[in-house]
Amino acid sequence: MSALTSHLRKYTAAPVCHDIQINGQLVGLHDSGVLWWPDEATLIVADLHLEKGSSFARRGIMLPPYDTGSTLEKLAGVMDAFDPARVICLGDSFHDADGSDRLPAPYRAMLTTLQLGREWIWVTGNHDPVAPVRLCGETVDEIKIGPLSFRHEPIEKIGSELTAGEVCGHLHPAARVRRFGRSIRRACFITDGSRLVLPAFGALTGGLNVTHEAYSMIFRRRQYSVFLLGNDRLFPFTASRLVGD
Amino acid sequence: MQLIDQLAQGHSTLLIAPTGAGKTLAGFLPSLVELEARGKRKAGQAGNRGIHTLYISPLKALAVDIARNLEAPVTEMDLPVRLETRTGDTPSHKRQRQKLNPPDILLTTPEQIALLLSDPASEKLFASLQTVILDELHATVTSKRGDLLALGLARLRQHSPNLRTIGLSATVAEPDDLRAYLVGQPDPDVRSLSHLVEVSGGAQPEISILDSEERLPWSGHSSRYAIGDIYQLIKAHKVSLLFVNTRSQVEMVFQELWRINEDTLPIALHHGSLDVGQRRKVEAAMASGNLRAVVATSSLDMGIDWGDIDLVVNIGAPKGASRLAQRIGRANHRMDEPSKAVLIPSNRFEVLECQAALSASKRGEQDTPPLRKGALDVLAQHLLGLACANPLNLTDTFDEIRSTETYRHLDWETFEKVLDFVATGGYALKSYEQYAKLRKGKDGLWRISHPKVAQQYRLNVGTIVEAPKLKVRLVRSKADGRRAPVGRGGRILGEIEEYFIDQMTPGDTFLFGGEVLRFEAIRENEAYVSRAKSENPMIPAYMGGKFPLSTYLAEGVRSMLATPSTWKQLPVQVRDWLEIQRDKSVLPAKDGLLVETFPRANKHYMVCYPFEGRLAHQTLGMLLTKRLERLGARPMGFVANDYALSVWGLGDLSLLFSSGRIPLDELFEQDILGDDLDAWLADSSLMKRTFRNCAVIAGLIERRHPGQEKSGRQVTVSSDLIYDVLRAHEPDHILLKATWNDAAEGLLDISRLGELLTRIRGRITHTALPHVSPLAVPILLEIGKEPIYGEAMDSLLEEAAEELVLEAME
Repeated sequence: MSALTSHLRKYTAAPVCHDIQINGQLVGLHDSGVLWWPDEATLIVADLHLEKGSSFARRGIMLPPYDTGSTLEKLAGVMDAFDPARVICLGDSFHDADGSDRLPAPYRAMLTTLQLGREWIWVTGNHDPVAPVRLCGETVDEIKIGPLSFRHEPIEKIGSELTAGEVCGHLHPAARVRRFGRSIRRACFITDGSRLVLPAFGALTGGLNVTHEAYSMIFRRRQYSVFLLGNDRLFPFTASRLVGD
Repeated sequence: MQLIDQLAQGHSTLLIAPTGAGKTLAGFLPSLVELEARGKRKAGQAGNRGIHTLYISPLKALAVDIARNLEAPVTEMDLPVRLETRTGDTPSHKRQRQKLNPPDILLTTPEQIALLLSDPASEKLFASLQTVILDELHATVTSKRGDLLALGLARLRQHSPNLRTIGLSATVAEPDDLRAYLVGQPDPDVRSLSHLVEVSGGAQPEISILDSEERLPWSGHSSRYAIGDIYQLIKAHKVSLLFVNTRSQVEMVFQELWRINEDTLPIALHHGSLDVGQRRKVEAAMASGNLRAVVATSSLDMGIDWGDIDLVVNIGAPKGASRLAQRIGRANHRMDEPSKAVLIPSNRFEVLECQAALSASKRGEQDTPPLRKGALDVLAQHLLGLACANPLNLTDTFDEIRSTETYRHLDWETFEKVLDFVATGGYALKSYEQYAKLRKGKDGLWRISHPKVAQQYRLNVGTIVEAPKLKVRLVRSKADGRRAPVGRGGRILGEIEEYFIDQMTPGDTFLFGGEVLRFEAIRENEAYVSRAKSENPMIPAYMGGKFPLSTYLAEGVRSMLATPSTWKQLPVQVRDWLEIQRDKSVLPAKDGLLVETFPRANKHYMVCYPFEGRLAHQTLGMLLTKRLERLGARPMGFVANDYALSVWGLGDLSLLFSSGRIPLDELFEQDILGDDLDAWLADSSLMKRTFRNCAVIAGLIERRHPGQEKSGRQVTVSSDLIYDVLRAHEPDHILLKATWNDAAEGLLDISRLGELLTRIRGRITHTALPHVSPLAVPILLEIGKEPIYGEAMDSLLEEAAEELVLEAME
């Protein structure tokens, strides 16, 4: 076993989802942070930010080098549970444009194994505007499948035809709930039934509180729900129950 | 004069003297004499002379103040001496010039020393250094700044081997610690000490405890009940200095005093968040005798001269005997007259604490903390700084670091790990070699790999990691019906913690700098406010400033409780309270632990009285709750203060304890500090905050600088993630070790908790009561005021989510 992979611990997931409808389509939110679309046997994952650690290390900030390995291991666990026919990575899959080139060989092998026998779509993001190198898959800026559109950044409009059925990432949504004088902050899905923003999946990715003004461009004030990621389950809350940081 | 003899012979010396004895100027005398003898510089020789004397103070303001005081005699006597200050506020052109044409005497701070030493020119700059004067040494050595300074001194000694150090300190418990700090430690087994000169304290201070007619509160820290008494004290004296423990209390006390200030006495306030200009104004007014009273926090505990104060009022508990002594020392800067002080306890337990502090003061006893063990994050920062100046020879550097008292216990393995951390992050997974910041050359020396590394170091130097703050700027209100947008103008009133402003919506009012302000808007890194009127303004909560009760005072309080014959010195109300406790329950024994249990409102309470300070109690509460949960007692939460700890839950604790189903000796067994602690730490926000500080100091995370768009909040998030990833993949990482060391000594106070558990072994008394005991009332009243801690996070979420379901179904 390579030194790069020997530290990894197996991640197992149960293919049990919280079902909701987006633009009339039944989709499942999973507590790992991925979206499962059963009718299309498609798994959607946002903001992997692979090679974020090495991206910082290049600038002299030595973040722990364990992010790519743990993100891929977690993804492998989820794929194992769902066995998707198609995978859509919703952009910022690599933390910078050179990230796919830097990907160490053992991780490249892991990723290639995951891609075997599946349709794989890389949606470009602001961190990775170009197609990854030496990896399979089709690279697109955005893609529409049936009533759903997949892109990295949400369009900053509310209630437009363009945004109905939009599934995106980019914002790294997180929410905070306060109770008994204590508060809990978790990454979350955020949706108004018409569009959905996925939480960031990568191991070293932070979150932006859904009360931040960036969200006011895409959801009407207090007219959305969030699903906080917990251990083996999701916790739904309406907007009125959430607090800022 | 003994001092001057010592110093003239070139001996390093610790001078211990109470405030006002003129010790700072005495420290400079030998330097002035030598500089006088050296004579004037000859033209054209400007750059050839290095710095002769360094003066290092923990406070910028103090360095500036001392420079001013020194300037006068130097000019009067026409001495050939150039003296300059260098702080974070010094403009960069002046700093540059100081390197090329150094002054004879440089007055500065520990951070500036670190910066100067990272410069390749530092060797020349300090080659002729004769003297280093370390002011307020007792204060510096208790923090990481003291570690940084210790390492800096070691390097200065390399540059100038015959260096003489002069430490100036208030009275401390262990002078030998400071004496060892001042000199190099060549022998790992024998402690070398500097000389010692002690100036005795003059007249005994007159200290009394306020005996109010008012009802003494059961709990709380506001001392509102005594405001009338305090006002009368101010009226009866010329100039009073009122000390409180936190900045919020400054605002509160100031507001309350002005509410009843019928004679409109000039009363001002002073705390670290106020704008510097405002603070200087208050200090000047105080010095010139234009004020009758100033309400202040410990930002004034140190040095600066304050004019003719004839009364010090300490509001709230002193928390430590030495802390109190230093505050009282502010009054009457003349050696022959006694200082006068009045202590105002804000609740019943604080009466006991004040009494213990008073007895300690009479006996002249001290409870300053022991010398720290040098922190590893500071060492990491220092190593990078050294490498920026000169290529490193590892064995020499190791010896140099071990020659400090602070790092004498460092082992080679840890040293190498820290170096590895600086170079490539120190991970077991060696994937960053190509990005290394330090590289070993063919000559065996370690060098920085790129000039950028030095730049990065300079931006990150220092050991103070502050909570993100916003400037508070006064503007005209929008509320007056004017349509105009919020204007830019207006002056800065000070700084306030970002998280407090985050909780407010425009229109909310709060107290700041003694004024009621209306929050208008946030613009970039400024909070816009206007003047307002409001009956109920919020009082900002500030981080920090709460010191835990010292071990020494805690012992005093316990022994007082256990000895009813000493109660006659206590106020009647307190005596009554203790007598009823004795009748209804039991008094806590001096070296044991009293555990009371009783039912109340469908819940079962346990209250115990360790008197080990809030931090140790919080940690213990967390651990007991976990353990009780496992034992099936169904705990729901706990609350802790400086004196006691209460846990409550659904299980009948009286029955569980008295039936022996949960033996108390096992509940408080030492092994609670093992697995339980480890499990809890995994998700502790205290631990994450500690980690963030270590990560910033060690240089893993970049410090935030004004004008950068990255907000402090985002730094917090990412450091939490790094912590989680590290714990999962490399639990032995050097930075986690540094975090653990910090937490054990600091926020978790584990060392003190360990001592408690040893002390009470076999000495635990349990009493099952039908209802709450008199002694338990204060801690129960804190429920809802202090944060409550409880079960695992997910179950809390679950409950919150279920509440939502109920709401929907109704």
